[in-house]
Amino acid sequence: MDTSTISPALLIASLIIASTPIMLAAIGELVVERAGVLNLGVEGMMITGAICGFAVSVETGSPTLGVLASILGGAALSLIFAILTQFFLANQVASGLALTLFGLGFSALIGKGYTGIKPPDLGSPNLGFLTEIPFFGTTLFEHDYLVYVAFGIILAVSLFLKYTRQGLILRAVGEDHSSAHALGYKVVRVRILAILFGGGCAGLGGAYISLIRVPQWAEGMTHGAGWIALAIVVFASWKPLRILFGAWLFGGLTVLQLNLQAAGVTKINFGIFEIPLQVQYLTMAPYLITILVLVLISARALSNTPGSLGKSFHVSD
Amino acid sequence: MLTLEKRSEPSQLWTALTPVLAVLLTMIAGGFLFIILGKDPFLALRIMFWDPLFDEMFGAYFRPQLLVKAGPLILIALGLSLGFKAGIWNIGAEGQYIIGAVCGAAVALAFYPTESLFIFPLMILAGGLGGWMWAMIPALLRTKFNTNEILVSLMLVYVAEQILNTLAIGLLRNPDGNGFPGSRNLQDYYSASNMEIWAGTGAHWGVVLALGFAVGFYILMNQHLLGFQTKLTGQSPRAAKFSGINPNLLIVVCLGLSGMLAGLAGIFEVSGPSGQITIGFNVGYGFTAIIVAFLGRLHPIGIVLAGLLMALTYIGGELAQMQLALPAAAIQAFQGMLLFFLLALDVFSNYKLSFKFGKVS
Amino acid sequence: MYPTKLLIGSNVILNKGRKMRILKKLAMGIALYTGLAIAITGSAVTAEPTKVGFIYIGPPGDHGWTYRHDIGRKDVEAHFGDAVETTFQENVPEGPDAVRAITQMALSGHDIIFTTSYGYMDQTLAVAKKFPKVAFEHATGWKTAENVSNYGLKLYQSRHVQGVIAGLMTKTNKICYVASFPIPEVIREINTYYLGAKTQNPDVELQIVWVYTWYDPGKEADAAQAMIDNGCDVITQHTDSPAPLVTAEKAGIVGFGQASDQMKFAPKAQLTATIDNWSPYYIAKVQEVMDGTWKGGGTYFGDISEGVVGMAAFANMPQDVEDIAMAVRAKITDGSYHAFTGPLKDQSGTLRLKDGEIADRMMLDTMNWYVEGITAKYPD
Repeated sequence: MDTSTISPALLIASLIIASTPIMLAAIGELVVERAGVLNLGVEGMMITGAICGFAVSVETGSPTLGVLASILGGAALSLIFAILTQFFLANQVASGLALTLFGLGFSALIGKGYTGIKPPDLGSPNLGFLTEIPFFGTTLFEHDYLVYVAFGIILAVSLFLKYTRQGLILRAVGEDHSSAHALGYKVVRVRILAILFGGGCAGLGGAYISLIRVPQWAEGMTHGAGWIALAIVVFASWKPLRILFGAWLFGGLTVLQLNLQAAGVTKINFGIFEIPLQVQYLTMAPYLITILVLVLISARALSNTPGSLGKSFHVSD
Repeated sequence: MLTLEKRSEPSQLWTALTPVLAVLLTMIAGGFLFIILGKDPFLALRIMFWDPLFDEMFGAYFRPQLLVKAGPLILIALGLSLGFKAGIWNIGAEGQYIIGAVCGAAVALAFYPTESLFIFPLMILAGGLGGWMWAMIPALLRTKFNTNEILVSLMLVYVAEQILNTLAIGLLRNPDGNGFPGSRNLQDYYSASNMEIWAGTGAHWGVVLALGFAVGFYILMNQHLLGFQTKLTGQSPRAAKFSGINPNLLIVVCLGLSGMLAGLAGIFEVSGPSGQITIGFNVGYGFTAIIVAFLGRLHPIGIVLAGLLMALTYIGGELAQMQLALPAAAIQAFQGMLLFFLLALDVFSNYKLSFKFGKVS
Repeated sequence: MYPTKLLIGSNVILNKGRKMRILKKLAMGIALYTGLAIAITGSAVTAEPTKVGFIYIGPPGDHGWTYRHDIGRKDVEAHFGDAVETTFQENVPEGPDAVRAITQMALSGHDIIFTTSYGYMDQTLAVAKKFPKVAFEHATGWKTAENVSNYGLKLYQSRHVQGVIAGLMTKTNKICYVASFPIPEVIREINTYYLGAKTQNPDVELQIVWVYTWYDPGKEADAAQAMIDNGCDVITQHTDSPAPLVTAEKAGIVGFGQASDQMKFAPKAQLTATIDNWSPYYIAKVQEVMDGTWKGGGTYFGDISEGVVGMAAFANMPQDVEDIAMAVRAKITDGSYHAFTGPLKDQSGTLRLKDGEIADRMMLDTMNWYVEGITAKYPD
């Protein structure tokens, strides 16, 4: 077993790239869930953002316009969800699933003419001397713009929820929408804005995959990233900064599994015990770990779950 | 201005009308979609909805295919509907489907090549048990640790897929298969094969069981205490607790039942139409069944009809793909729209539109 | 020929002259019948276009496997013009959906149907049983039937030449492989690639990552990146998208395109690419169906010498590497050199090919072992 070929710096750099899309989608969904709405349509919004960003990028030749288009695309799709759940009082679980289904189909339709095309490069900020720093240079400072945007969004959301009045209102709406309404807060409006934000972030996450990480368009290319984002929100106990760790865990395990295969590592020895590291077991690992974390979190007496999560709000109720 | 006022009692008229209206609206919206794609909307709609049933060239083959496709959807959706009514969300039916198929196939292949009458029922039993067991994981985690069953059951879908891959390449691989992944074809193994019972109908034992369960569920929901308990828990958890319903027992029963049915659907599919356990044999029935459950308004008879309708969109969609070069993705978009319209119209069963002048509180 | 045997066997009883007259009458009768048959079927065919159907596992836009099959389809259309009508269905999952798709085609009057993925094998056979008058051609499997043939290309031949180039081009002595599923077709190409590299560079090490999919640009790119991070500097793949090549170009290394010329995706990275050329086979088979001479049970395995296993123009490599590669390719093409020639041992040391022995079709079709020298663990 020779792990000497795996470079920790490159591994972490790959990990950060792999975690960015799910990080973006997760932070968006966190805001939505803190407002008391459960949007299971993250996958649909991500893939819609992916194709919108890709298509606009290719047509206009400008990757920046593409990124903007992806945010708008994701938000537009989430608007359907917002209307269904906030005005038509539809069941949130079903609406989210319908959104995923529709998003996957609709994006594949738009994407028909875009397979096998290379999009314009978004480029990375040249951070000059920072990249020369041993270890941290490669791991932190050689990335593209969106990685840093993602970090920025997480920080912004964390500050927003903790220190601003609007953040407090959002949290109140999520905890107990009846009391919030009684206090005069516009529950429906807050929730719609939150849903749109979630849609935009998910769209951005999707665009990261199609414009930067691969970069290419293929039907269904998010491959379940939206569902992982949902898991990350719970893993993070609805706290923004913990989203970072959740995303790194998931992104990391995927990347680690590939690197171990590449290095030819097939088992780990613990004294006389041998743990086989077959591809399938490594691929399973993030999901099993999430379940473990979910159990650990929920077993605690005080849960961080927003009180009104998933419940429809109607004035005369 | 327009507001929604809660009705004192759900409107019977609207509850029955909603699915019909939803289908009509979807056809109209779908028609526009086809126009944008450059296809004749009337032709497309006819190919999708009329031809599979009545066309002389295709009808005779595709009518039974409707049952083949609808069978597993109905079976799984029935199980899910019980839990959904009670607010217990099993999103991982796909994983339970896979594990049920794998367990059942493993039992059947263990007997290969002996032929015996007992192998088939044993295999089916193993399938149901496998699915039940897989659903017990989220059930136990929910009852013991209050872990959200949506996420646990969902994560277990991915775990199940990896287990499937491992077995398809390893333990369950066909030794006579020249190294290709995938188990023996169960349709070739007479004792384990799940063939059509009446030729030309597409009805295999899975379909028969699906319809049987539909009737059973109807009786359960209307006559049995469990039906009452799930409805009450769904509508008012606090009232349910006060009336002495044990919520943990309900969770275990609902998840267990839906897992078992999903597992049964899996083994019927693998020993029948699918034929072998192989990487990616699961095509998403576990997720589509959720849509079917909602389309069917969580009612057994509704689910049967919704399952047939969903099957029609699949099969009609495939027909349209071949004849009109319509992209496969259009069908998914179509199904998504159907659910959107249904969910939107659903509100009118419980609320009515009214005009209110002056300030609204 | 039953009557002839009787006649010959009874030359003791009949005299020669009479036997000749009977034989002549027999021959004329057969000729007349055959002529009539051809005339009838010929006229029947020219009345209606021959319907040719294709079932694809992925989208023609994958610029890989399905893309090349679709070009084959378009070439059939170009060659036969109005005499044929082609249809296709894309993204057909393996399983009961494939049964329905193939049946649909058979029901709607198709004369010949090409199912272009090994995972359609059982399904093609199942449908073929119900439609004995329709011709079925299944790509890269092994089962046949009275109205089912299978066909494939000796893509491992060009893969060997790729290996030779890789062995010469690598500076880190690490070359890598993005592999799809551990089936014999993929294993033999891994083996032949390694063998090719080894002939030029005895110290070469092969890294393999299994992605368990034929087409998933995201996964393929990630796999490529992982191996590049581990030090490899020449990449090849048995998956269908240009993603690994694009990743290679971004990282500043070189690699090989898959199934079609992927130069436009990675102009600085592509050394060459295997180009699957299905057109000659497709045109030949459609012609046979038109002539009424098509028969099932065929097991075509196209050789590089027939021009069906193509290689994209060599690029991004020094002249001397190109010369060596061209020479190897010429030797394979004229049949004087085979990639799998003994003495050959497998990973566990068992002798698989004796000195001078060449791998036969059976060994190639069922290969489930790595050759000696590959250090990666065999997936199971």
